[in-house]
Amino acid sequence: MKAVKILNGNQTIAEAARQINPDVVAAYPITPSTAIVETIAQFKADGMISSEFVCPESEHSAMSVCIGAAAAGGRVMTATSSQGLALMWEMLYIAAGLRLPVVAAIVNRALSAPINIHGDHSDTMGARDSGWIQIYSENCQEAYDNFIQAFRIGEHLDVRTPVLVGLDGFIISHSAEPVLIEDDREVRSFIGEFKPVFPLLDTSRKITVGPIDFTDYYFEHKRSQIEGIENSPRVIEEVGREYGQKFGRFYGFFEEYRMDDAETAIVVMSSAAGTGKDAIDELRSEGLRIGLLKPRVFRPFPHEKIAEALKKIKAVAVLDRASSPGAFGAPLFTEIRSALYDYGQRPKIVNYVYGLGGRDINVEHFKEVAAKLQKIAETGKVEEMLGYLNLRE
Amino acid sequence: MVEIRFHGRGGQGTVVASKVLADALAKEGNYVQAYPEFGVERRGAPVFAFIRIDDKPIYDKSRIYEPDHVVVVDPTLVEAIDVTEGLKDGGVIIINSDKKPEEFKIYKIFRVATVNATGIAVKHKLGTLVAPIVNTAIVGGVVKILNLTKLESLLAAIKEGVPLKPEANMAAAKEAYEKAEKVL
Repeated sequence: MKAVKILNGNQTIAEAARQINPDVVAAYPITPSTAIVETIAQFKADGMISSEFVCPESEHSAMSVCIGAAAAGGRVMTATSSQGLALMWEMLYIAAGLRLPVVAAIVNRALSAPINIHGDHSDTMGARDSGWIQIYSENCQEAYDNFIQAFRIGEHLDVRTPVLVGLDGFIISHSAEPVLIEDDREVRSFIGEFKPVFPLLDTSRKITVGPIDFTDYYFEHKRSQIEGIENSPRVIEEVGREYGQKFGRFYGFFEEYRMDDAETAIVVMSSAAGTGKDAIDELRSEGLRIGLLKPRVFRPFPHEKIAEALKKIKAVAVLDRASSPGAFGAPLFTEIRSALYDYGQRPKIVNYVYGLGGRDINVEHFKEVAAKLQKIAETGKVEEMLGYLNLRE
Repeated sequence: MVEIRFHGRGGQGTVVASKVLADALAKEGNYVQAYPEFGVERRGAPVFAFIRIDDKPIYDKSRIYEPDHVVVVDPTLVEAIDVTEGLKDGGVIIINSDKKPEEFKIYKIFRVATVNATGIAVKHKLGTLVAPIVNTAIVGGVVKILNLTKLESLLAAIKEGVPLKPEANMAAAKEAYEKAEKVL
């Protein structure tokens, strides 16, 4: 039976995993996602799931097990963070290249050095060209809903692409709040039976997985891989709508908050968007026409839809919880600025890197950004395009 | 919105205290958010946990800098750190102590309440004599002093959420609830 429970992000992902009951869970624990792996292991020990649970010697091996199990014909998941995702690096590309719909919960955490266990998006942003679909969550409820939808999206026959679901380390993974956990049977009926495609274990149809592919056909196969993620927007939309019809919470590529008559806007992903909404409410009550846009899907990047949503805004600030050293702006900013390039009418746009290593962002910081946007909207001039928020300089 | 900060030491169950309180509050229809402050975890080192309570959904994910009330799970922290940092004027400081609130004269602009959570935990054999687990007892006192939930909701939350010795933990919470020294 469905019930509201007080759960943190890690417990929420583990609950979803219990309901989904994948064929194989292969994971190596790392802070701050350890509790996901720990709780799933407990479910297995208690006989609550029938999944094969594998805890290998490293994250590289964990993703390798996921790839093997998925190629064999299983529904497969893992969870990791930060250095763990970094260690999976070469295997991420292989999962995507072999078109294996592995699902990973990534509790976003900063990368070393210096060593830091707290939340930022450096880990998944580093994996943004690996071919995985990337979906980000503002809170525990979204992490739960996104994780369930991820299986349907990745496994769709037109997509067949691995999916990662991001949730912010500690801020979401360790923060307990009310989460509506849907009925087990309803979740299972939404996910449906797993349909393997060319499984290795089907000995009546012998196939080769991962053969060598040189100058003759590598390029064509890569093109066909790209086709999968290019097909995914339609599926992401359909699954988000169907999820809404079944459970009452609808999902698209991004959420617009008080954007209707906005003159300025802040674009921000994940947990900071929650704080941002409170800031927008305060600024609106002070008479400012400001809105917030929260991207949910980062890969595939919904460039057209986001550009349409932002084209009439006078000034936009994009907030990135990752840096891209040496690049012209951080990842989310460069995507959005590029998406707006072809529009005759487009906003002035600035970029703030915030929250690296878990540095806090609060309502006052959003107000600081809003004040700068207001000035840009009034003068039409951008004095500093790339900046930092809540940083000692 | 009410924001509360818990001060404890690693190993005392401070994080569980905030979680049990969140569970109890949720039972009465409140929106809650409970989160621990993580650094380098060591048994005995100062730790923090936070809780936000509201009658509408909570979106703010930033840290709490100016709590309405603070709970001092470990009385030695009163001397060791400034537990009143950022505390709003008129805020209540709830201290795990066998002393009367009047004896904490250092906090002039704040209100003080005490609950002898250590004594109660020892009596109910929670943890050991040297390292008693005081979290359920202190929450019993907090709920009473700040008038946050009914005792029944707290006891139900403990029954469901505390895996070890639920009966003894419930008894400790009940005793703390009944004996908490009211706000000075």
